[in-house]
Amino acid sequence: MSLIKAENLSVGYDGMAVGENINFSVNAGDYLCIVGENGSGKSTLMKTLLGLQKPISGCIVIGEGLKQTDIGYLPQQTVVQKDFPASVYEIVMSGCQSRTGLRPFYNKEERALAIENMERMGITELKDRCYRELSGGQQQRVLLARALCATKRILLLDEPVSGLDPKVTAEMYDLIKTLNDEGITIIMISHDIAAAMKYASHILHIGDYYFYGTIGDYMSSKAGRFFSVKNKGEFK
Amino acid sequence: MIETLQMYFEYPFVRYAMIVGVLIALCSSMLGVTLVLKRLSFIGDGLSHVAFGAISIATVLNLTDNMFLVLPVTVISAILLLKPGKNAKIKGDAAIAMLSVGALAFGYLIMNIFSTSSNLTGDVCTTLFGSTAILTLSIREVWLCIILSVITIGLFIFFYNKIFAVTFDENYASATGTNANGYNLLIAVMIAVIIVLAMNLVGSLLISALVIFPALSAMRLFKSFRSVTIFSAFFSVICASLGLIISILAGTPVGSTIVAVDIAGFAICCLVGKIAH
Repeated sequence: MSLIKAENLSVGYDGMAVGENINFSVNAGDYLCIVGENGSGKSTLMKTLLGLQKPISGCIVIGEGLKQTDIGYLPQQTVVQKDFPASVYEIVMSGCQSRTGLRPFYNKEERALAIENMERMGITELKDRCYRELSGGQQQRVLLARALCATKRILLLDEPVSGLDPKVTAEMYDLIKTLNDEGITIIMISHDIAAAMKYASHILHIGDYYFYGTIGDYMSSKAGRFFSVKNKGEFK
Repeated sequence: MIETLQMYFEYPFVRYAMIVGVLIALCSSMLGVTLVLKRLSFIGDGLSHVAFGAISIATVLNLTDNMFLVLPVTVISAILLLKPGKNAKIKGDAAIAMLSVGALAFGYLIMNIFSTSSNLTGDVCTTLFGSTAILTLSIREVWLCIILSVITIGLFIFFYNKIFAVTFDENYASATGTNANGYNLLIAVMIAVIIVLAMNLVGSLLISALVIFPALSAMRLFKSFRSVTIFSAFFSVICASLGLIISILAGTPVGSTIVAVDIAGFAICCLVGKIAH
């Protein structure tokens, strides 16, 4: 049985579908990239997967004992966060929130987990720094560490490299690949088809073209050839 | 000067004013950090105008204890304002502005048409700017204020980590199973309660100052959410006490004196923040 499976899924707002008839299944250890034009419903699909909104039709089957609280999520940055006075430690710690239930404060285990994940992301020395003073790449590492506090199994990433320079972008992709190699399932929204082809194991292309399958099949498909040749892997 | 102060503190109403002032300052500044960061600075203003409208109705109806009308009306408005979030047809700031001026106009209109008071302008001015209301508190009002403040502070501490998570990243919090809407509701109810209490202290036009100045001052100086929250509470209590003492000694209106001290404190924090960097 697969970890997450979508069957004839349609997603959208206020009864208006933006993405229709989406079918895919994600197994443990997969690296799925969701690509598509702006407005094709990528972010809406992710919100639906996270349970933030209801599907318009079709269903999402979650298997292998995966629970809502087992999902790690790296959202796009919001305006609120740009000048938020919070230390790196406070933010990473808040990833443990779903573990605490009604207990008001974090326990020893959770604090150790936060420290461990900061080490994993190489941000230990930033522990007491203010989030708003960090560079874009550092901020993404902080949010990734927070997501890792919530999960050991699956990460959903919404355009993790947007706004980062090429060098930091490459580092970020390598970091995500390392996590995938450690056994964490990855579902990532991306605008960057070249990177998707380099790192992902599966591609879901929604919008004008529809495709779901392994990376090899995608390369020989019409959509894959079109985007990789004509636009050099970038949506223009 | 100290002797004059001692003399004033002999009077119970001055002591009541001090207790209530400090508690309100404490509560409003704690939640202020969250509200400012959630881009809801104006909610205090909007809700206090709603409370003003409710007070007008209570006055016209000749209710002896207007709390029983004002508190529920304000709480319900707060829930309506904070709850729908992004899906509302009228966006946050516009909704607040609409409710705010609407309630203000409606309240004044009702008072004008139905009021039997001989000193209408004085009544309205008192409600808007607080003037002497804080010095005429009864022991029952003081106890009500103490109980509500203690509950608010208790809830804030108990849910501190959740409030942080919901303030920093609402989407992430609800995606990972935190009941973000529930905590938004809790924040809304707490702020409504504080605003109704604060009406006595500074009047409805000046409440926003108690909510935003401590938070903004703390953000000039501190970099973690916890230190910002703690300093903002500390700042607010100091400014409120100073403002109260000055207004008693100099005979100035309580509300505007406290706000003036808040502004001075903010200026000092800005300066210190600039020098420190």
